[in-house]
Amino acid sequence: MEITFKIWRQNSPKTKGKIEAYKVDGITEDMSFLEALDHLNEQLVLKGEKVIAYEYDCREGICGQCGIFINGRAHGPHDHITTCQLHMRSFKDGDTIIVEPWRAASFPVIKDLIVDRSAFDRIIEQGAYISAKTGTAPEANAILIPKEISDKAMNAAACIGCGACVATCKNSSAALFTSAKINHLNNLPQGKAEANNRVLKMTKQMEQEGFGSCTYTGACEVECPENISILNIAEMNARHTKAKLLR
Amino acid sequence: MILNSKIPEGKLEDKWRNYQIRSKLINPANKKKLNVIVVGTGLSGAGAAATLAELGYDVQCFCYQDSARRAHSVAAQGGINAAKNYQHDGDSVWRMFYDTLKGGDFRSREANVYRLAELSAPLIDHYVQQGVPFAREYGGVLVNRSFGGVQVQRTFYARGQTGQQLQLAAYSQLYKMINLNKVKMFPRSEMMDLVVIDGKAKGIIVRDLRNGEIKKYAADAVVLATGGYSRVFRLSTLAIGCNGSAIWKAHKRGAFFAGPSFTQIHPTALPQTSESQSKLTLMSESLRNDGRIWVPKQKADSRKANDIPEEDRDYYLERRYPGFGNLAPRDIASRAAKERIDAGYGVGRLKNAVYLDFKHAINTFGLQTIKDRYGNLFKMYLKITGIDAYKEPMQISPAAHFSMGGLWVDYELMTTIPGLYAVGECNFSDHGANRLGANSLLQASIDGYFVLPNTINNYLANALQEETVTIDHPQFEKVENEAKKRIQQILDVKGSKTVDHFHRALGEIMWQECAMSRNKKGLEQAIDKIKALKNEFWKDVRVTGHDKELNTELEKAYRLADFIELGILMCTDALQREESCGAHFREEYQTDEGEALRIDKDYSYVSAWEYNEGNFKLHKEQLQFENVTPTVRSYK
Repeated sequence: MEITFKIWRQNSPKTKGKIEAYKVDGITEDMSFLEALDHLNEQLVLKGEKVIAYEYDCREGICGQCGIFINGRAHGPHDHITTCQLHMRSFKDGDTIIVEPWRAASFPVIKDLIVDRSAFDRIIEQGAYISAKTGTAPEANAILIPKEISDKAMNAAACIGCGACVATCKNSSAALFTSAKINHLNNLPQGKAEANNRVLKMTKQMEQEGFGSCTYTGACEVECPENISILNIAEMNARHTKAKLLR
Repeated sequence: MILNSKIPEGKLEDKWRNYQIRSKLINPANKKKLNVIVVGTGLSGAGAAATLAELGYDVQCFCYQDSARRAHSVAAQGGINAAKNYQHDGDSVWRMFYDTLKGGDFRSREANVYRLAELSAPLIDHYVQQGVPFAREYGGVLVNRSFGGVQVQRTFYARGQTGQQLQLAAYSQLYKMINLNKVKMFPRSEMMDLVVIDGKAKGIIVRDLRNGEIKKYAADAVVLATGGYSRVFRLSTLAIGCNGSAIWKAHKRGAFFAGPSFTQIHPTALPQTSESQSKLTLMSESLRNDGRIWVPKQKADSRKANDIPEEDRDYYLERRYPGFGNLAPRDIASRAAKERIDAGYGVGRLKNAVYLDFKHAINTFGLQTIKDRYGNLFKMYLKITGIDAYKEPMQISPAAHFSMGGLWVDYELMTTIPGLYAVGECNFSDHGANRLGANSLLQASIDGYFVLPNTINNYLANALQEETVTIDHPQFEKVENEAKKRIQQILDVKGSKTVDHFHRALGEIMWQECAMSRNKKGLEQAIDKIKALKNEFWKDVRVTGHDKELNTELEKAYRLADFIELGILMCTDALQREESCGAHFREEYQTDEGEALRIDKDYSYVSAWEYNEGNFKLHKEQLQFENVTPTVRSYK
């Protein structure tokens, strides 16, 4: 296949970026999207040019490090996948593909397609844990958790922190990410002791990081690789209201 | 140098307690004065960093990823073992100890393995307390399943995301301590070298990957938690960024490297489909609980899988190993697949795969049950291959996976450099010559949460009396300059071939000669080929851009330069060990039935290699079996 990539190039956080076009031959349908970019990068090296910077690590859809805006969609043309799971068989010979980084004020560009998502870590830091020290745990089966509850917590806990929800949201809201983590822990008996504090502190941090408000369009759940439901946001809002009342 | 494994006195079941009773303690006021560096934030690194910080130490923690949450522990799908005996099926600490020792083909220490089994149950308690949503029964108790090499159900899991969920627990606990200012976190930071002063580990040199700046960090002890090195094969189940550089640098600074050739080939990955492939995706071994592995009885059978009737299928694992069937250990399952594929029975477009079939399980348990058990794995398979595995069998193939080898450590997890510790996959300690499924998350966690925080004090208690070393010590500047020079050397080559070109070449040599099946001639040739490749790399590699910027190509290059050297050591080790054990299969040493032939009288030791100017010197740590008698490892 021959593909024309139009790729956002930006040398550093402070410099201005622009779209540059690269015509690439020798792409096969079996290649993943990232392997096609690898292929392009090898050609750039041989031409003496700087490689395109993009992120990845596990390349099996679980680490959450990859994330590219492809033809105007987070993680490309399919629902519920990561960029590394996208394959070139989803494109046609001769296609032009627009490749951009996540666009959100809270995710500043570091270089080319790489953005800084450390705002997510700072939200986690505000309470996405159970404040028990190593060595203090009771026997595991002493805490009975019915399957429905445990499944519900697991559905929310599945978030891989890729940031597609923010990237696709017209408000750049981090509500899906934040709510998933809150609901994971607040649904479990272990998380109840700090439940109110957790929701108040994490949502406060979310706002301080500059993420927008949620207007409930549902765009985020379409792109979420783990299919995390937008109902989590409603649940978080309810928990937030309750926590404020009880404060 | 005589290797002292520091195994405590007493009966096997008392050793860990005896150790804890006798190890030195440090009072809380003094712990604050001590600083520990932790490199890597997977289960072992994040677990260690969080727990050390809870104990009162000051911790500086580093990872190359953009966030501590991304460490490759996330990728473990299937589960984590623990001797809870919740299923009432005869499990016990002893049985788990024995299974693990036998699974490793009696090439690991009894005392270490026993401790691993002993601490497994409290670890599940710990993770439940931290909010890990393990699978549950309707009544609320925890669920278990089986894994390869074992006849009881002792594996705990969180859907197909066990590693991710444990990692999130460890990462969250780490961030709790960051919030309390007890840990300083440095993401996008890669260790370039180790600083050793007066024979003790005192700090590291780090490259800030965002801008290429080289920085110095001092500490009273350094903990490496940097994971496995199977990316030496290039195509592997590991994350692309996984590398062996930190342990390789430590090795070159004096830490012995144990069992480097003990690398596991996982039987159930997706097959390679093209030359440009960067990664082999793993399908969890848990699939072998319900999936049946087969190839056609007829060579080059052109029929579609579903059109091949039962009588024309060869369920070769069930045929060869009726006792364990599809749940034979990984090394055995991989070799059996290779045997069939090499004999011309492989399936798929490149004839490099075997079938993993769920038809029978779906007929027996119903579609919904199989969906509940493996839903996300089937979904992942569909995303990558475009094939619906509920309707036709998966195609799977062996792939480089775990490294049992790593830095040599004693019972305290300290390397041969005082003050340098290695935890998790980057040490050699518990798995011998082959790791059992669901023991990886276990060992990483036990090392980080339970062992290291109870052993590092024994060293640090003495550090209190010593003068604190700072980055102003001249050794820091010396090592920093060496790191800068090496980077500059790579950039200065300005050759004509890409880093990936060399990595593909290295991977091909290693996969051919130092993977599932090895022989003397092949290994000797491999060493020569890798040495030639090394010369070519330093003459002809091309890296564009410069060192004072985010430069992903440069990162790949300096990691590969270390992998090339490591490859030589791996082949040297495989060549020296003239026996077959676990994942190390030497063609010259096999039974008439083609099974591994261990030679205990000559090789019942841990090989620990010392680096010496590009050469390697072997030291032997004899293994003592006082509680079990090593037997022929039969899964028939």
